Amino acid sequence: MVISVAVDRADDAESWIARASPTHPSLIDENHVLGELYNMVNVPTVVWVDESGRIARPNDVAFTTEKGGRYARVSTEDQMAVFRGWVSGDRPSSSTDLLEEQVALPSVESQQARAHFGLGWWLYQQGHLDSAKTQFDIAGELAPDDFMIRRGTMRYFGSDPFGSEFVEMVNDWRAKGHHYYLPLPVE
Amino acid sequence: MSVTREKGDYWVTSSDVAAVLRWELRLEGLCRAEVCIPLAGHRDAVDGEALNLARLAELIGRPLAVSVEDQAAYLGPPFERFGATVGQLEAPDFSLPDLDGRMHRLSDHRGSKILLAAWASW
Repeated sequence: MVISVAVDRADDAESWIARASPTHPSLIDENHVLGELYNMVNVPTVVWVDESGRIARPNDVAFTTEKGGRYARVSTEDQMAVFRGWVSGDRPSSSTDLLEEQVALPSVESQQARAHFGLGWWLYQQGHLDSAKTQFDIAGELAPDDFMIRRGTMRYFGSDPFGSEFVEMVNDWRAKGHHYYLPLPVE
Repeated sequence: MSVTREKGDYWVTSSDVAAVLRWELRLEGLCRAEVCIPLAGHRDAVDGEALNLARLAELIGRPLAVSVEDQAAYLGPPFERFGATVGQLEAPDFSLPDLDGRMHRLSDHRGSKILLAAWASW
């Protein structure tokens, strides 16, 4: 089954959920619990969990469209094929060795950044917008790869997460030799 | 917890720390359940009944964020906890609400294969 989680304010996710009208659990994660627990740093992020609650395939980037796949530089068709294989039982979960290789443990800086996000989010909810922004900025400096924080909080201050400020953010990131999305190899 | 600022540092009372964080100041040191952190080498962490917030966070291994103007601080989960969970390859359990406010746990669906998909409007 699918469990979808909007790492978002309820108000921002609501219209999307209404349009999709899902029959699966569609949850709201305003506090970025998934970021903290799974070391997720961006969306979309997908994780496969097996029947016993073990990770079958760790944090991966997957879109439902080929256009999205192209942006992430991965074939959506190939991803869907391996996914169907896993669901049907033809394809086993990833081996322990592979999982240990692919699961990224959160660094000290990442965890520190998330503490700043936690404080910032609390401050934002209390109406202290300037202080909240300060905390989110500190978080972004500590963990520049954490777009869940850097991009996810833009709308709180009236910035467009699809606008020029974001484009600049990604270009700057890429110019430093990083990838914005890093999908797992599909075999 | 109420936080006071003195000599450029932030201090909390040991009774608040015991009540909120469950770490108690005893003869053996800073203790929680059977674990005690000796304070011999950490004189700067304690001043009578007051504990230095930054040093406390270091000693109990949790990330700390402080906002001076707002007199607010946030302690994240212990550094070692999440390393351990991810390292063990168990999918960490969580409880999150749907739009109706009904809580759902990942573990509610044990027995099924799950595609956990995180998305956002951004």
